[in-house]
Amino acid sequence: MAGDAHGGSHGGGHIMPVYMLVFTFAALIILTILTVLVTRVDLGGTLNLSIALIIATVKAALVCLYFMHLRYDRPFNSIILGACVLFVILFLGLSTIDTEQYRDEIHWRQVELSRGP
Amino acid sequence: MADIAATGGHAAAHELGHPSHVQHHFDTSAQQFEASKLGMWLFLGTEVLFFSGLFCAYTVYRFNHPEIFAYAHKSLSVFWGALNTIILIASSFTMALGVWCAQKSNRPGLVICLILTLAGAAGFMVIKAIEYNEKFQHGKLWGRLYQPAQHDDHAADDHAADAGAADAHAAASGAAHGSDARPTDPAHGAAAPAAGHGPSAAFQPERTSLAEPNQLPRGGVKLSTLTAGGHDKGHGGPKPADVHNEHIFYGIYFCLTGLHGLHVLAGMVVLSCVLVGAVQGRYHAGYYTPVDLGGLYWHLVDLIWIFLFPLLYLIH
Amino acid sequence: MSSYDAAAARGPDSAAAADNYLTHGRGLLSWALTLDHKRIGVMYMTGIIIFFLIGGLFALLVRTSLLIPQKNVPGGTPFIFSHDNYNLFFTLHGAIMVFIVIIPGIPAAMGNFVLPLMLGAKDVAFPRLNLTSWYLWLSGAALALLSIIMGGFDTGWTFYVPYSTDTTFAGVIPVLSGVFLLGFSSIFTGLNFIVTIHKLRPPEMGWFRMPLMLWATYATAVIQVLATPVLGITLLLLIVERAAGIGVFNPALGGDPVLYQHFFWFYSHPAVYIMILPAMGVMSELLSVFSRKHIFGYSFIAFSSVAIAIFGFLVWGHHMFVSGQSNLISTVFSFLTFSVAVPSAIKMFNWLATLYGGSISFRAPMIYALSFMWIFGIGGLTGLFLGTLAVDVHLHDTYFVVAHFHFVMAGTIFVFFGAVHYWWPKITGRMYNETLGNWGALLSVIGFNITFLAQFPLGTHGMPRRYYNYEEHYWIYHVVSTCGAYLAGIGFVLTVICLVQSLFRGRKAPANPWGGNTMEWYCPSPPPHHNFDHPPPVTDPYDFSGWKYDEKAGGYVRRSPAEIPAPASKGH
Repeated sequence: MAGDAHGGSHGGGHIMPVYMLVFTFAALIILTILTVLVTRVDLGGTLNLSIALIIATVKAALVCLYFMHLRYDRPFNSIILGACVLFVILFLGLSTIDTEQYRDEIHWRQVELSRGP
Repeated sequence: MADIAATGGHAAAHELGHPSHVQHHFDTSAQQFEASKLGMWLFLGTEVLFFSGLFCAYTVYRFNHPEIFAYAHKSLSVFWGALNTIILIASSFTMALGVWCAQKSNRPGLVICLILTLAGAAGFMVIKAIEYNEKFQHGKLWGRLYQPAQHDDHAADDHAADAGAADAHAAASGAAHGSDARPTDPAHGAAAPAAGHGPSAAFQPERTSLAEPNQLPRGGVKLSTLTAGGHDKGHGGPKPADVHNEHIFYGIYFCLTGLHGLHVLAGMVVLSCVLVGAVQGRYHAGYYTPVDLGGLYWHLVDLIWIFLFPLLYLIH
Repeated sequence: MSSYDAAAARGPDSAAAADNYLTHGRGLLSWALTLDHKRIGVMYMTGIIIFFLIGGLFALLVRTSLLIPQKNVPGGTPFIFSHDNYNLFFTLHGAIMVFIVIIPGIPAAMGNFVLPLMLGAKDVAFPRLNLTSWYLWLSGAALALLSIIMGGFDTGWTFYVPYSTDTTFAGVIPVLSGVFLLGFSSIFTGLNFIVTIHKLRPPEMGWFRMPLMLWATYATAVIQVLATPVLGITLLLLIVERAAGIGVFNPALGGDPVLYQHFFWFYSHPAVYIMILPAMGVMSELLSVFSRKHIFGYSFIAFSSVAIAIFGFLVWGHHMFVSGQSNLISTVFSFLTFSVAVPSAIKMFNWLATLYGGSISFRAPMIYALSFMWIFGIGGLTGLFLGTLAVDVHLHDTYFVVAHFHFVMAGTIFVFFGAVHYWWPKITGRMYNETLGNWGALLSVIGFNITFLAQFPLGTHGMPRRYYNYEEHYWIYHVVSTCGAYLAGIGFVLTVICLVQSLFRGRKAPANPWGGNTMEWYCPSPPPHHNFDHPPPVTDPYDFSGWKYDEKAGGYVRRSPAEIPAPASKGH
């Protein structure tokens, strides 16, 4: 009895149609090829990096939303991921700003390790 | 009445309301599934933050010293990196299919999907091993062990002289505010006994203090001799004069890919356990939590690689 | 009517007390492999008190060694410690107290025991993970202690680079690994609590009917989950840096030691709030119960916990004002540091308002709670001095800082002991000796204050922290401080004696000795293995009108159902 009662729903576990998974997979492969190809075009370091990161973020979003069912899951799970990403950005951002600020005030030791004896 | 409830009521409630996979402190299967899933997402969050330290190190060095990355990444093979990306995405896809099979109570499908996923993971690790092996061959290792082959050594000796001047930064954080970094009285440096008998003694640099900066730390093995005369596949030519400390790139590279590789291995262990359960037919539409959670973990491993690939291999 | 009333009315001597979680399964193995949150909580509590005594002993040794300037010792022989051992023991004192005692103190020991009870749940969401967490704590703690004989270490508890990469003591990697394990213990506890509060809360208990202890525990768990992984990766990188020399932190390899400090404090400042927030949660319970008055400003206290958790992440740079951090970032962090004072002050004023007009009873838990207000008040306000950029340049790394953070962190220790006394009847089923408990509390609080109030002038006069030797004109402050430390030591030992003595001589505890209305007081003392025969009613946790003191039971009992509105309990 109990098994039947819980059998169908499984607490709202969402079933993703297979064609959606295939589409997502195809999109991920295409984006991977795209990101490799874009690198071969010189758009200036910053733009190249931005494009690479945007593509990576889109790919990550696809994986999260469809492979990981986040789009159909409880919103709180997305909030957790979002909060974590926010704190990662906070951590990276403030550390990078600071190191950039004091970079000119320090002598960066240049170590050459490749010399033979 | 109360006594009956105390002795029998609790156990009876279990037998009536609980399918076998539901633990005693949950009321329903759905509650348990939701709780497990929330727990898994929190764990994935901690994984993201765990990797954030390495991404932070990456960002800081890439932002402040981009030339290291522009130069050193050329020794990484875009082909192997892209192939690994595709393999990992494919294994993520088969994992998602596996979850679908479990939700449809399709046991053979689930087993096949899990085997394919594990094969993808193994393929990823094999390629990673090939890449690592190449780095070891050419002495392109992290930090202290960085010993590239002689012929791409363009070390300018004048930098060694630079190193002689006290590193202002080290001085700022290490010596000037000594009470933080050197919790001791001034006599300590001279009086510290040579307690180098512990497990880490073998790894100690050959210098004991910053007072002798000219004595550069070295690895015990001269890998450069192993590859004398070998060609430097995938390397982008001689080192520009303004590139220094490129061993930091390899330090970050090995930490990032190494930690990610450990996660791949952990994922393989997890998925193997799930596979055993699947072969035994433990999962069905009413209960597939381990498949779902294992899948989430595997997708996270994929997610991290999706960022690692462009950040490490595709630097312009 | 619901049967918990009957159970409570029957008192402890009836048949219900026969089978409790302490007697449910006997033998060492039944404890070592238990999944019961109550037993895990008791194991944590025991372990933490033992490590507190060890850490306290180290502190007393360090204080004794500072009793006279080393250079004045006749014959030139070291007094108590050689300088290396001095470094080792103050480092160990810090590492043990922070990572092993205070961080897991209230959440893992008290939280494990009372959190499911306060929710009316049977257990935490993941009991096996909970046990894993306990064993991670145990192995981490053991590794940290064993590092003494594995070569020792002298880095200070912050493990700053390049000192930790260059020091010749070989115990650095063992202690780092130990702290790494402790970090994961903390993460898993936090994760478990978040899921438990989300998923095992009774449907009738909305977020704003939760006891404030749960809000504080939840906010703590959020920090544990968000911040502790960064500690994990920091220590891992440091281990790799020391063992293999990757060059990220070590300046000799072109690395950046200030970056290490960013990494370390990104965790370790929020860790201060991991330490203090659960104490604030317990405070809200204690003050309300022992002044027999509804908590004042419930939602302000609840939201200020969350606000502290979030603000706590934005201030880590104030540990690095003089470390070579840039002026820009220092200014930003200094400003943000002041903002944390706001939610802390909100809590303090709401607690004061709770006390106002209440009928306060000075039982041992209340003495601890009231001393926390004094101690945390001083700790918090001196924090503002240190958050001011210009003042910090003068005061950083002096005894002023030592006194400041002891006033904050030891506040948590006092509330921890307050919590132990408060829930002791529930945990053990025995009442402790009230006189002995009060003396223990008073002596330790007074001794603590003497110890660290003396260190404020010591610091402003320029005595640097962590020094083995000093000039004569600091001598009198050191003597006062050391005497205070002895007094506090006696107080703590007395407290522990009081607790242990109650196990053998204490009278049997009633179900509700203090008249609290949170759910744990609805089950017998000690609770049965499955916590509740029937889910207790979800009521306002600070409405004490439903309980009256019963001389015969020696505690509070529910008023007869006719006197109170019918509880809407589940399943009836």
